[in-house]
Amino acid sequence: MKTTTAIEIKDLTKKFGDFTAVNAINLKVSKGEIFGFLGANGAGKTTAIRMLTGLSMPSSGEANIAGFDVYKQRESIKENIGYMSQKFSLYGDLSIRQNIRFYGGIYGLSRKEIRAKTEQILEELQLEEYADKVVEELPLGWKQRLAFAVSNVHDPAIVFLDEPTGGVDPVTRRQFWEMIYESAAKGVTIFVTTHYMDEAEYCDRICIMVAGKIEALGTPQELKQRFDTDNMDEVFLKLVRTN
Amino acid sequence: MKRLLFIIQKEFIQIFRNKAILPLITVVPILQLILLSYAASNEVKKVNLAIVDQDVSSYSRRLVNKIRMSDRFGIIDARYAESQVVGLMEKGEVDIILQFPSKFETDFHKGKEVSLRIEVNAINGQGATIGFSYLNSIIQSFNQEIQGEVKILPVKMLQGGIDIEHSYWYNSELNFQHFMVPGILGELVTILVMLLTAMNVVREREVGTIEQINVTPIKNWQFILGKMVPFLVIGMLLMTVGLIAGKLIFDVPMRGNLALVFAFCAVNITAVLGLGLFISNLVDTQQQAMFVAFFFVIIFILMSGLFTPIESMPEWAQYLTLPNPIAHFVEVMRKVLLKGSDFADIVLNFRATVILSIIFNALAVMSYRKVD
Amino acid sequence: MKFSLNWSALISKSYPMFKIFVAFVKKEFYHILRDRRTLVILFGIPIALVLIFGYTVTNEFKGASIAIFDRAHDELSQEYILHLQASGHFEIVDNTYSYEEIEESFKSGEVKMTVVIPPDFGKDFYRGENPKLQLLADASEPNYASTLINYASQMTRQFQLEKMGNQQRPFQIGIESRMIYNPRLESAYNFIPGVVALILMLISAMMTSLTIAREKELGTMDLLLVSPLPPLIIILGKVTPYIILSFLNAVMVLAMGYFVFDVPIYGNVILLLILCILYLSTALALGVLISTRSQTQQAAMMGSLFSLLMPTMLLSGFLFPISSMPRLLQIISNVIPATYFIEILKGVMLKGVGMSVIWFPSMILLLMTLFFLAIAWKNFNVISK
Repeated sequence: MKTTTAIEIKDLTKKFGDFTAVNAINLKVSKGEIFGFLGANGAGKTTAIRMLTGLSMPSSGEANIAGFDVYKQRESIKENIGYMSQKFSLYGDLSIRQNIRFYGGIYGLSRKEIRAKTEQILEELQLEEYADKVVEELPLGWKQRLAFAVSNVHDPAIVFLDEPTGGVDPVTRRQFWEMIYESAAKGVTIFVTTHYMDEAEYCDRICIMVAGKIEALGTPQELKQRFDTDNMDEVFLKLVRTN
Repeated sequence: MKRLLFIIQKEFIQIFRNKAILPLITVVPILQLILLSYAASNEVKKVNLAIVDQDVSSYSRRLVNKIRMSDRFGIIDARYAESQVVGLMEKGEVDIILQFPSKFETDFHKGKEVSLRIEVNAINGQGATIGFSYLNSIIQSFNQEIQGEVKILPVKMLQGGIDIEHSYWYNSELNFQHFMVPGILGELVTILVMLLTAMNVVREREVGTIEQINVTPIKNWQFILGKMVPFLVIGMLLMTVGLIAGKLIFDVPMRGNLALVFAFCAVNITAVLGLGLFISNLVDTQQQAMFVAFFFVIIFILMSGLFTPIESMPEWAQYLTLPNPIAHFVEVMRKVLLKGSDFADIVLNFRATVILSIIFNALAVMSYRKVD
Repeated sequence: MKFSLNWSALISKSYPMFKIFVAFVKKEFYHILRDRRTLVILFGIPIALVLIFGYTVTNEFKGASIAIFDRAHDELSQEYILHLQASGHFEIVDNTYSYEEIEESFKSGEVKMTVVIPPDFGKDFYRGENPKLQLLADASEPNYASTLINYASQMTRQFQLEKMGNQQRPFQIGIESRMIYNPRLESAYNFIPGVVALILMLISAMMTSLTIAREKELGTMDLLLVSPLPPLIIILGKVTPYIILSFLNAVMVLAMGYFVFDVPIYGNVILLLILCILYLSTALALGVLISTRSQTQQAAMMGSLFSLLMPTMLLSGFLFPISSMPRLLQIISNVIPATYFIEILKGVMLKGVGMSVIWFPSMILLLMTLFFLAIAWKNFNVISK
C-alpha cells in the first residue's frame, strides 16, 4: 500500500428500524497508529466496530479498511484484519497449540508457517509448558493475551480490539498494553474500544462517541486542554453531561 | 480447500474431548439398538387365558390340554363357574376367558349346535385380534380332529375343498427382530446426527466463538461443510458398528449389496445434517435447539413406518412421509438387507432423499448469516 | 410424609410465608409465559402426538397391495378374484405371469402378497379334487404378512362355502366371541392412556429438572438459597407452575380423546383426576431428583431423555405389549411409574372400575413418589449444607 491511511470513514451510518445506532461518523486512522474508540455503554461503539470488520452491513456512508471497500471487498478486508471481541473467543475445549493451529489454518497459513507462529507465540507469552493445556483452564489474563496473539496470527494490517481488557487486573492490563505497543511498533494499526479512561491515555489519538456521534477527536493531550482538565475522566464526564 | 481441513480437524478434536458427547455416539446407540430391538415388538407371544369349564368332559379336557401345549398361551386359572373369574379381567390379569357350556360334549355328539364362548379384553385392538385368532385356529384344528372321530359324517362333505398353501418369503420363521433391527439402526443414526448438529452451531453462538469465525475469510459453505464432514463420518461409523452388532447379536440377514446401503446412508445423513444445521441457525439457545429437534424427531419416527406400516396410514398421511428422511432410510434398510433389493428397487427413495438433501442444505447455507 | 407436615406447619405458622410463595409462583409463571417458543412446544407436542396417533399410527389395513398370478383363467378364478377385491381389504395392483416377476415385485415393495391360482382351478374344484391355492407373502414385515395371509385364508374359506351352497355343516363347533371394553377395536382406546402418561412425564419431569438445572447453571440458584426463603418453598415455587401446566395438558389430552376419538370415561372422573395428580407428583419427584444430580441443562436433558422418556415410551406397555418382551425387560417395566399409571387409566376410563380394583398400582405410585422425594431431599441437603 502506498498511502499511509489505514482506515477512512465518511458519514458511516447504521440504523436498526427507527433507531440510529451510528450516526454519520467520520474518521481517518493512519498506519501504525493506536487509535482509541471511547464511549459509554450503548453509545454505538460495538455497532461501529462490527461494520468496520464486516460483521454488519452499513446503512449508508463509506468506509475503506486497509485499502479495501467495506461494501465490495469484504473478503479482502477479512484477510487483512484481526479481531478480538469482548466475549472470550478462543475455543475453551481446545489446547493452546490447537487454537493457534486452527486460526492459522483458516487464515490460509501453510503448515510450516503455522509451526513457526506457534513457537513464536508460545515463546513471547512464555507459555511453552502449557502448550497442550486446554484453554479453559488458563487464568483470564493469560487467555486475553493469548487471544490477542491469535488475532495477530496472520500478520494483519489492522487489529480491532473490542474492550479487550474487561475484567482483568491492572498488572495484566499493563502486560497487555505492552503487547499492543510491540505490534504497533511493527507497523500494525490498532483500533481499540475501551471504557477504562487510564487506557485512553496510552493511545496515540482517541475519539469519544456519544449517542451514535463522534463528539471529540484528537490526542489525549489536545482533548484535556480543550476541556480544561488534567485527566481523561473529566473530559468524558463533561462530554456526556453536555449532551 | 485447505482451510476446510482445519475446520474439520477442529470439530473432531472438540467432539472427542467432550465427555458428555462421547458416550452418546458410542455406547448409547448400540445399547439402544439392542434394547429397542428386543422391546419394540408387536408380536403377541404370550396370551393369558382363564377357563370356565361348566362341562367337565373329555372334550373340554382335551381342548384345554391342546391349548396348554401351544407355547402362546398361559393358563392363569381354570374354574367351574363364571362368577369365579370375573374380576381377573378387570385387574388385567387375563386377556381371554374361554367358557365351555354344560353338556358341550353330549350335544356335540347328538349333532346339535354347540358353541364355545370367548371373551377378549380388546383395549389393545390389534393384540386382541391376534390372540383371538391364535385361539380360534387351535379350536378349528380340534374341531377337525373330533369330526374325524364321528363316523357318520356325510361323504359329500369330504370333497370339494380348496387347499390353501402359504409361504412366507424372506423371513420364513417370522422373526420380528430381523424386521426391526435394520429399521431401528436407520432411525438411530438419523436421530443422533440430527440432535448433535442441531446443537452445534448454536453452541458456538452461545459461547461467542462464532463472532471470531465470522471475521475470518472463511466462506459460508466452507464453514457448513466443515461442520458436516465430521458428523457424516461419525454417522457412517455408527452404521458400520450397528450392522456388525446386528449380524453378531441378532443374525440379521444381509442379502443385498452393502455398498448400496452405505451409499444411501451417506446421502441420507447429508440431508439430516442440513436439517440439523438449519435448526441450529434458527434458534438462540441449545435448549430451544433440543426441543425443536426433538419435536421433529418424534413426528419423523412415528410417521416413518418403523413401528406401524405406512400402507396402513390414510392416503394424505402417506404423502407426508415423502419429506421424512427416516421413512426413506427405514424402507431402504429393510428392502436391501432383508430382500436383497437393488438400486432400481430403491431409486424413488434415493431420488427423494437427494432432493431433500439439496433443499435442507441450501436452507442451512442460506440461513447461516455472517453479516447482519 | 415429613414433607407435607412441614409444609402445612409452614402455612399455619407464618401466613406471610404463604404470600411469598404465591409471589414466587407468579414470577415463575411469568418466566414460562414469556418464553413463547417453549410454550408452543409444551402444548404443541401433546396435540401433535394425539393427532398423529389418532390418524396415522395404525396397524389396521385396508387396500393392501396384492398381485394375482392366475394360471387357470377360468370362470371360477375370475369369480374368486372378484371375491377378493370386493372385501376392500385388498387392492390388486398387478397381474403376474411368472414366478420371477413375483420376486421382482416383492423387492421393489410394490406388492406385499401374491395369490397363485393353479391351472384347472375350476375343473378340479367341481370334481372335488382339492385344487391347491398358493399364498405367497413378503414376510420381511412379519406381522403384516401373517395378517394378510390370515385374511386371505379366511376369505378363501368363505368363498368355498359360498360355492358349495351355504348349507349348515353338522358337527361344527361354533364360537360366540365378545370383544370386551372395546367392541369396535378402536386403537384410540389404547393410545390415549399412553399419551397421557407420556405427556405428563415429559412435561413435569423433564421441564422441572431443566428449570432447576438452569438456575444452577446460571448461578441464580445460589442467590435464591442465600435468601431467607426456606429451600422447600423455593423448590415448590419452581414446580407449582409445571404442576398446573401438566395438569391442564392431561385434561386437554383426555378431552381430545373423548370428543375427537370417542374414547369413553366410564369410571369416576374425580377419581381419575386425583390419580392424575398422584402420577404428576411421581413425575415431579423424579424431575427434582434428576435435577439434584445434574449440574448443567445438557446433563439434565440427557438424564431425563434416557432415564424417563425412552423407558416410558418403550417399556410401559404403551407402544409394545409387556408380555412379549424378554424377561429382563419385563422386570424393568415393573419399576417404571407409567406402567402403573397406564393400568390405572385403562381401569378407570375403559373398564369403569374403582379403587377396589386399582388400589395396588395406586399404592405403588404413592410409595415411589415418597421414595424419590426422600432421596431428592437427602441430595438437596447434602448440597446446601
